[in-house]
Amino acid sequence: MSTVAYITARGLFGRRRVLLLLPLPLLLIGLAAICRAYDVDPGQWGQAVVVGLGLAVVLPVISLIVGTGVLGSEVDDGTIVHILTKPLPRRDIILAKLLVAAGVSAVTAAVPLFVAGLLADSVRFGLALVVGAVAGAIAYSALFLLLSLVTRRPVLLGLAYILVWEGLLGRFVSGTRVLSIEQYVISITDKIAPTGMLDGKVSVPVAIVMSAVFALGGTIYAINRLGSFSVAGETS
Amino acid sequence: MSTVDLQNVSRWYGNVVAVNDISMTLQPGVTGLLGPNGAGKTTVLHMMAGFLAPSRGAVTIDGSPTWRNPGIYRELGLVAEREAVHGFLSAYEFVLACAKMQKLPDPAAATKRALELVEMTSAQDRRIDTFSKGMRQRTRVAAALVHEPKVLLLDEPFNGMDPRQRMHMMELLHTLGDQGHTILFSSHILEEVEQLSGLVQVIVAGRLAASGDYRRIRRLMTNRPHVFAVQSSDDRRLAVALIGEKSVSGIEVEANGLTVRASDYGSFTRALPRIALGEGIRLRKLLPSDESLESVFSYLLEA
Repeated sequence: MSTVAYITARGLFGRRRVLLLLPLPLLLIGLAAICRAYDVDPGQWGQAVVVGLGLAVVLPVISLIVGTGVLGSEVDDGTIVHILTKPLPRRDIILAKLLVAAGVSAVTAAVPLFVAGLLADSVRFGLALVVGAVAGAIAYSALFLLLSLVTRRPVLLGLAYILVWEGLLGRFVSGTRVLSIEQYVISITDKIAPTGMLDGKVSVPVAIVMSAVFALGGTIYAINRLGSFSVAGETS
Repeated sequence: MSTVDLQNVSRWYGNVVAVNDISMTLQPGVTGLLGPNGAGKTTVLHMMAGFLAPSRGAVTIDGSPTWRNPGIYRELGLVAEREAVHGFLSAYEFVLACAKMQKLPDPAAATKRALELVEMTSAQDRRIDTFSKGMRQRTRVAAALVHEPKVLLLDEPFNGMDPRQRMHMMELLHTLGDQGHTILFSSHILEEVEQLSGLVQVIVAGRLAASGDYRRIRRLMTNRPHVFAVQSSDDRRLAVALIGEKSVSGIEVEANGLTVRASDYGSFTRALPRIALGEGIRLRKLLPSDESLESVFSYLLEA
């Protein structure tokens, strides 16, 4: 499992795609720092920056880039065959990939969120955002890892989930929030550090249970899909 | 010693039948899987390698099904046609990673042995994405051999190799075959199969067209009637001279030259220049008009 994780991490950081991870966190920290530097009341910018940018864009988009990068790119270029032709339980391969994806996404999103939370409110709020980001990174990564195995266009489908399901429908159709990872993150964070900036639309137990459902369900289904992974011949 | 068994295997994609009711057993030694492009060779190899479920029938290695059974990779090595490798790793790192994923007791020693086998030790520390096609291919073979599998499947392994590398790879496969490994390699080039293996399985349009010793199959191929388009300085006189040649079975005189039917490829191509020279006729064009592999294979299918 460690070798798979090693190759996955090398693959992730060895590609230019990793540079895509930089701008969003920098933007988040930059905006929060500017607001703070000009002494703008956090009540005015906190929600827009922390939720509007941090939780609605930075966390899911980073998870999408990483989550589809750890497996989707190997499926695309065919290098996955070298890992699949080993006597490794498919569970180990998926868990190694998930570990790398969730770990990298969590760190990349949690650090700027912590800084933004700190600047907007307090250390406690920053830490609550870290906990929320870690939970969200795990759930998103499992989802996007699975998308890499069930569709040839995981990035497109992932973006549709983030922008249309969570962003658009989540705002107007209340029922869709039950299946929105962003809402789970908001509820969990708000429970740990209530600030008034976050407005959780789902209850905390629902958020915790549904995060686990996404993480576990996505992982189990991905393991099963990888077990029946087919390679179509170019000349067949 | 391992055997690979296909029992009445078919594979279809929607309405398209890629592999149609194929049964074969591969024994230790080298076997060539021959067929024109698109015949279904890769589909057969992928089913053997556990990357495709047969729509009907069973594919087994020593009795164990290959589909959804990662355990078979302890005994199986695959060199796929697609040459994708983790280009950011060096050859050594790549083969070592494969050895570790195989959970070998001494991955470093196995890696060294495999790289020596394919003569890649001098370049082993270079990143794979700086390699030529042939070097990549050898690296992939080293990765497939690192755990000394009993069964080795190679899809078009000689593509992109220069003649020396080709020769070396052939020697390597021969040696492995002689040591009792079961080796199957696919190719659409008859000469490759002829040089490498005594046994061939010929697939045409998804069906097993011929199976067995290549000499018999080669004879079938060379004894079939061949059609040539010939142009010369005096077509009519050449036609008269050629009809006396035993290997010629028919001639048509056309406006733009002759269409010659020969019963034996070798004898005719040797006789033609001799006859032309003797008659003082200058040959302008000699074109085998049915030499595409597809026509050779479809002839086999009819035979």
